[in-house]
Amino acid sequence: MSDPKIACRNLWKLYGPDPAGFLKRHDGHPTIEAIRAQGYISAVRDVSFDVMPGEILVVMGLSGSGKSTLLRCLSRLVEPTAGEVMFEGRDMLRATDNELIDLRRHKMGMVFQNFALLPHRTVLDNVAFPLQVRGTGRQERENRAREVIELVGLKGREGYYPRELSGGQQQRVGIARSLAVGPDLWFLDEPFSALDPLIRKEMQDEFLRLQKVLNKTIVFITHDFDEAIRVADRIAIMKDGAIEQLGTAEQLVTRPATPYVAKFTENIPRDRLLSVRSVMEPSAPRKPAKDAIRADALLASVARRIVTTERPIDVVDDEGALVGTLDRGSYIDALYDQEPAR
Amino acid sequence: MSAVAMERPTRADAPGAFAKAAKPALSVLPFLILFLCAPLLPGWMMKVPQAWTIPFIDWTNAFIDHLRDDALFGLFSFRDFTRWIAELITWPLALVEGLLVSGFPAIGLPAMPWVMTAGLCGVLGWSLRDWRLGALAAGCVAYMAIFGKWELSMITLSVVLVAAPIAGGIGFLLGILAVKKPWFEAAIVPVLNVLQSLPHFSYLIPIAVFIGVGHKAGTIATIIFAIPPMARLTILGLKGIAEEIREAGKMAGCTRFQMLWMVEIPAARQALLVGVNQVIMQCLAMVVIASFVGARGLGHDLLFRLQSLKIGQALESGVAIVLMAIVLDQLSRAAAEKQPSHLAENTSWLARFPFVSIAIAVCVVSLVLSAITPYASVWPTEWTLSTAPLWDGLVDWITLYFFDPLQYFRDGMLLYVLIPIRGLFQQIPWTAMVALVAVAGWSLGGWRLALIVSGFVLFIAFAGFWERSLITAYMVTVAVLLCILIGLPIGIWASKTERRAKLAKLWCDTFQTFPSFIYLIPVIMLFKVGDVAAISAIIIYAMIPTIRYTVFGLRNVPQDIVEAGITSGCTQRQLLWNIRMPLAFPEIMLGINQTIMFALFMVIIAAFIGTKDIGQEIFRALTFNDAGKGLVLGLCVAFMGLTADKLITAWSAERKSRLGLV
Ligand SMILES: Nc1ncnc2c1ncn2[C@@H]1O[C@H](COP(=O)(O)OP(=O)(O)O)[C@@H](O)[C@H]1O
Ligand SMILES: [Mg+2]
Repeated sequence: MSDPKIACRNLWKLYGPDPAGFLKRHDGHPTIEAIRAQGYISAVRDVSFDVMPGEILVVMGLSGSGKSTLLRCLSRLVEPTAGEVMFEGRDMLRATDNELIDLRRHKMGMVFQNFALLPHRTVLDNVAFPLQVRGTGRQERENRAREVIELVGLKGREGYYPRELSGGQQQRVGIARSLAVGPDLWFLDEPFSALDPLIRKEMQDEFLRLQKVLNKTIVFITHDFDEAIRVADRIAIMKDGAIEQLGTAEQLVTRPATPYVAKFTENIPRDRLLSVRSVMEPSAPRKPAKDAIRADALLASVARRIVTTERPIDVVDDEGALVGTLDRGSYIDALYDQEPAR
Repeated sequence: MSAVAMERPTRADAPGAFAKAAKPALSVLPFLILFLCAPLLPGWMMKVPQAWTIPFIDWTNAFIDHLRDDALFGLFSFRDFTRWIAELITWPLALVEGLLVSGFPAIGLPAMPWVMTAGLCGVLGWSLRDWRLGALAAGCVAYMAIFGKWELSMITLSVVLVAAPIAGGIGFLLGILAVKKPWFEAAIVPVLNVLQSLPHFSYLIPIAVFIGVGHKAGTIATIIFAIPPMARLTILGLKGIAEEIREAGKMAGCTRFQMLWMVEIPAARQALLVGVNQVIMQCLAMVVIASFVGARGLGHDLLFRLQSLKIGQALESGVAIVLMAIVLDQLSRAAAEKQPSHLAENTSWLARFPFVSIAIAVCVVSLVLSAITPYASVWPTEWTLSTAPLWDGLVDWITLYFFDPLQYFRDGMLLYVLIPIRGLFQQIPWTAMVALVAVAGWSLGGWRLALIVSGFVLFIAFAGFWERSLITAYMVTVAVLLCILIGLPIGIWASKTERRAKLAKLWCDTFQTFPSFIYLIPVIMLFKVGDVAAISAIIIYAMIPTIRYTVFGLRNVPQDIVEAGITSGCTQRQLLWNIRMPLAFPEIMLGINQTIMFALFMVIIAAFIGTKDIGQEIFRALTFNDAGKGLVLGLCVAFMGLTADKLITAWSAERKSRLGLV
């Protein structure tokens, strides 16, 4: 496996009168009670994870749980109190101002919840802005900007001003701007939360379509679990600044690490999330039956077959080798039992 | 309904609520005791003993003398330096004045023809909003030509056109520095507070000392006067930028310089343009008053005619100033409100820059016209119209039919209202005043606020003009009470429907743009001079914010709370007094706060019509070029205003947060 694109280790961000001193006094590991008792706010608390190249990591949690602050620590828009952030193996927290400007001009892009477009610039000039900042010539930057504007489906609106666009269109501009410099690492802070549900769905599709083409490394923030499931490779659930659990959607649903995660995931429609593999019984190798189902099929897609068949159904992998069996009972348990499925 | 519920405490927290209600009463207690026991108090507690006076004025004068006479760096004195700076201003002034009105005889170039000035103003208005604004602008400029105010008004305009960019630029730089360097902000904000509450005349006196009198000095005074609002609005605008926009700039990889010029300043454009509007209006107000130190133009004309009691001609100049104020305000406001919108692609240059094309056409046409007929370049004197006879007729008519009632009203006011109240004020022991302010400060904002506001009052007491200050306080108090009595009902009436509210806002906006000095004309017309005239002028001018904030406050009560009231069956009257009023009251108090500030500004200007308060002393300091006295007295006035301001804003903020309105 390759090296992580971006990684953080024991990352802390405290707000209060003397965060660094406070952290030192508690040997770098104050309890949440101690933090609260002394009037500090723990926006990020001892967070560690890796994001692999081409992976989409979704960070989710309720509002105020520290998602935005975590993201801003990774991009160093906010200075962490302690810990380390490694970008392509380089220590982000040691980077000088100039190195940071250079990194942001070439390697990172960010999309904001409220779009953060510059109101006095046209769509074209907004998208070309990061290129202008790094000194690209007018002709070249406008050509590039037109390319990305077309990519996000806003061709024809180049001369418009942000206030003349709908929310969804404005966020497309935000996305285009963040893509203009061709970043390797893409930060999105609740990009679709300010949009209406229908538009939000459309934008998620758009985002997935783009990602299929671009294959960026992504840290994506949301407070919406459905959105997280749709876009994520892995999901981190945050509470009070700490990551409660990090794993695939399936892992979170089937093996929640804490009661908080269990509660968070309890209303998820499991048949559209769980695969046959996660609920089947393993079995000894033998020749599978003709009507075997595939292990990576979602439960919803094989529901009818399972409920109408009395005996256990064989499950096969991609190569057609038998990997297990699934019977009606454990299928129904998996869907309707609030206890984690076995 | 939460707010209404809050007014009626439940039994459980009754003692706490009682203490809260009793607090305001308690804070006037020391004052009442001292006031009622006045006859028993020792003399030093009644009047500030002469021996306690701190010679602030002498100190200031010594400092100013030192600056004026002693060499700075051993080469030249500070006054040489200021005069040299003032000399620089003559260049742009001569340029703009030459362009607008006097021409350049040295190189044989005439001034712009009046049709061209009018046409260009029209195009400007049209491009900034619509053809109606264009027509207004062009019409007002033409008015100046036709009614014989051309030269005066263009001189005034050229001072504004020179002073506003300089003042705006300096204020802008100060504002940027304050936003970037916290220590600078900490230092400058209190200074701005004081400067913005210093009366106009206090600016004039040091100018007269360091630069002398004349047109140049008037321009410099105008510039200095207009810097603080720009600095303040720059700070406000730059701080008001959404953090996300700044982050977007950082993520794009902006250097600090790029951040400022490409992100922050453009993003704060609207607030900055509001600042420009303020600067222009302050310049116009000041250039009128700067005629006291010899600035030429409409203000000088007005002052001269008022002094010789030529009311008709004064009114004529007044109207010209008012028209100029309206046009300048509307144009700069339209510039601030204008939003960019996209252009159709692939159009011709003419269609892409329609207004530039029209402006060029206007220039060409007017040059051709003035080559054909001299009337297009200079309006002929024999065609000049004058409204003065009309106004004089009006004045005569009023004197003829209303002389007696006006006389009765004036004497009645004086005898039965003003003199008794003044007597009452003069009996207040100074210690009672200090106690009142200190306790109020303490109960509203703790010992810090108490220290600040009692410091202000102690300064006034020890500066040696306590009696004069009391007279100022009495005039302001009476005027503000009358403003509330008249303005509140008007505001309530205007808040009833959307249409009325819009109308009220329009009137308030318009009246507020008039330079304060203008308001003296009608009262001189009605009441000649004296306290009644002064208080009337204050009332007209200072009532505006009370009305504005009342309408704003009442109309901005959260709709769901009003609906909750309606569904629980409130009558209109109950709705007003039980729901709207309590919720709007913090906002209304802010309006009254502004009213006090306006009243203080006006009461000083009213010294011109013979009051006997602190303003008269400042006025006298102006005539004797006593800069120290002028400044110290100006500070006294500023501190009166700041005391009221600090107390009221503290009260309003606390009240708003208790009502959950913030
Ligand atoms: N500059 C700040 N000063 C003090 N507290 C802050 C600051 N920024 C964020 N916080 C606090 O940190 C916590 C996490 O905030 P945030 O990261 O914005 O949460 P989220 O994005 O998950 O809604 C919140 O409790 C917030 O109040
Ligand atoms: Mg957030």
